[in-house]
Amino acid sequence: MLDRREMMKRVGAGLAVGAITSLNPLKAFARDTVTLPFGNGERPLVKYPQKRLMIGLTQRPPQLETPFSVFNEGVITPNDAFFVRYHLADIPLNIDPDTFTLEVKGKVDHPLKLSLKDIKKMKAKEIVAVTQCSGNSRGFFNPRVAGGQSGNGAMGNARWRGVPLKTVLEQAGVQTGAKQVVFGGMDGPVSDKTPDFAKALDIDHARDGEVMLAYLMNGRDLPVLNGFPLRLVVPGYYGTYWVKHLNEITVIDSVYDNFWMKTAYRIPDNACACVEPGTAPKATVPINRYNVRSFITNVAEGAKLKAGGKLLKGIAFDGGTGIKEVAVSIDGGKTWKNARLGRNYGKYSFRAWKAPVKLAAGVHELKVRATSNGGQVQPADATWNPAGYMRNVIETVHVTVA
Amino acid sequence: MTRSILPAVAIVIGLAFGLTASDAKPVTYKLPDETAAFKPGPNLDVVKNNCTACHSADYVQTQPRGPKFKKDFWQAEVNKMIKVYGAPIDEADIPKIVEYLTATY
Repeated sequence: MLDRREMMKRVGAGLAVGAITSLNPLKAFARDTVTLPFGNGERPLVKYPQKRLMIGLTQRPPQLETPFSVFNEGVITPNDAFFVRYHLADIPLNIDPDTFTLEVKGKVDHPLKLSLKDIKKMKAKEIVAVTQCSGNSRGFFNPRVAGGQSGNGAMGNARWRGVPLKTVLEQAGVQTGAKQVVFGGMDGPVSDKTPDFAKALDIDHARDGEVMLAYLMNGRDLPVLNGFPLRLVVPGYYGTYWVKHLNEITVIDSVYDNFWMKTAYRIPDNACACVEPGTAPKATVPINRYNVRSFITNVAEGAKLKAGGKLLKGIAFDGGTGIKEVAVSIDGGKTWKNARLGRNYGKYSFRAWKAPVKLAAGVHELKVRATSNGGQVQPADATWNPAGYMRNVIETVHVTVA
Repeated sequence: MTRSILPAVAIVIGLAFGLTASDAKPVTYKLPDETAAFKPGPNLDVVKNNCTACHSADYVQTQPRGPKFKKDFWQAEVNKMIKVYGAPIDEADIPKIVEYLTATY
């Protein structure tokens, strides 16, 4: 007789194998690696504490990608499947929530040192929001560019609970002339010559009531690798701003110009954030809001399907206007049919969609295209920029129907 | 039925409280042992001495491959490590590291 724990283990293993094989049906039953569909895309499957089997990009610092099949489980990404991205290898591995303090300083009337208990006593707020790495999908760039070679799994959607940054800033009393707010975490570089990771938001953005200091993720403590015990949540903005292990907030009266704001995470200063492949932009701005994206989550690239009716399922999201419309095509983009949108968890969340289609025998290109309430539509051709940020081309899944 | 459901409910409630009421206990996180390694190649020791202080070998291993990702690409990456990330690499080691990366990846 199986005891409960053993049964859970076996169920877990079964699910993991299912996830792996559906990611890449051509590579059957390989338990230890997956191959992302671009050159040099083989990755180990790795097990970390608090995480299920994840796609390992790097070990030190750890970078873990969510197996794509997870996005078909629901619009909320489970904590144990949530992607992990660090820049610098000195990450906090011993964290005492009782002695943790968040410092609020700089151009404020009352500098603060808040414990986690202090923060949890303040009026809490919840928001469902996507965080997505700026370089999500970088491995698909053509021509390829240097950097973390992610597939499409460097994104996730969670219900965050915490305190509006606005509340904390009001308590500290922001002085006139404040321009930006700088955020630092407990993680840092190995060498003191390496610029420490810190990010900044404009003061009005920081005080918009939506930017949040989150201590719960999907009703649980943040996993360590997702920023325990406190992280910044910047709805609609790329993950680079969602500073993990947040312990330092500094109000400044200038524009922050460290490496991570002034040099890294810059995009071409134009509407598409793009340039001709292989060229450099003339002017750049800090990366900011997500562009609109959508994915089919229940049919993997290269899948073999039976002829007849098929319910396509997937997700869509944008940088905070919400999803207006999702359309699917089964003929490579010649004709489109609107999908039915699922429950609305708010304008910053993944939005589920479904679309019944009829597939005849043969080889087909399935496509999905989202339009935001702001009027943004995914482009038919992939845009390009030197850093490999903000990919949002209409996704295509090739299938063989028999 | 009732008999088997009740303990299960108790366990679920217990788990929920155990995992959310966390303020009390310090958290210690154990990263898995590092297994990523540089492939054999010329000047491997120089590469190990200079690169592994800050990051694991898979940072190199996972970069794009092909004719466009040879000497110029790796030279630019090594320059970036020195100029941007402050890697303390001796002038004399730079061509050795670039040679290894170009020949090996």
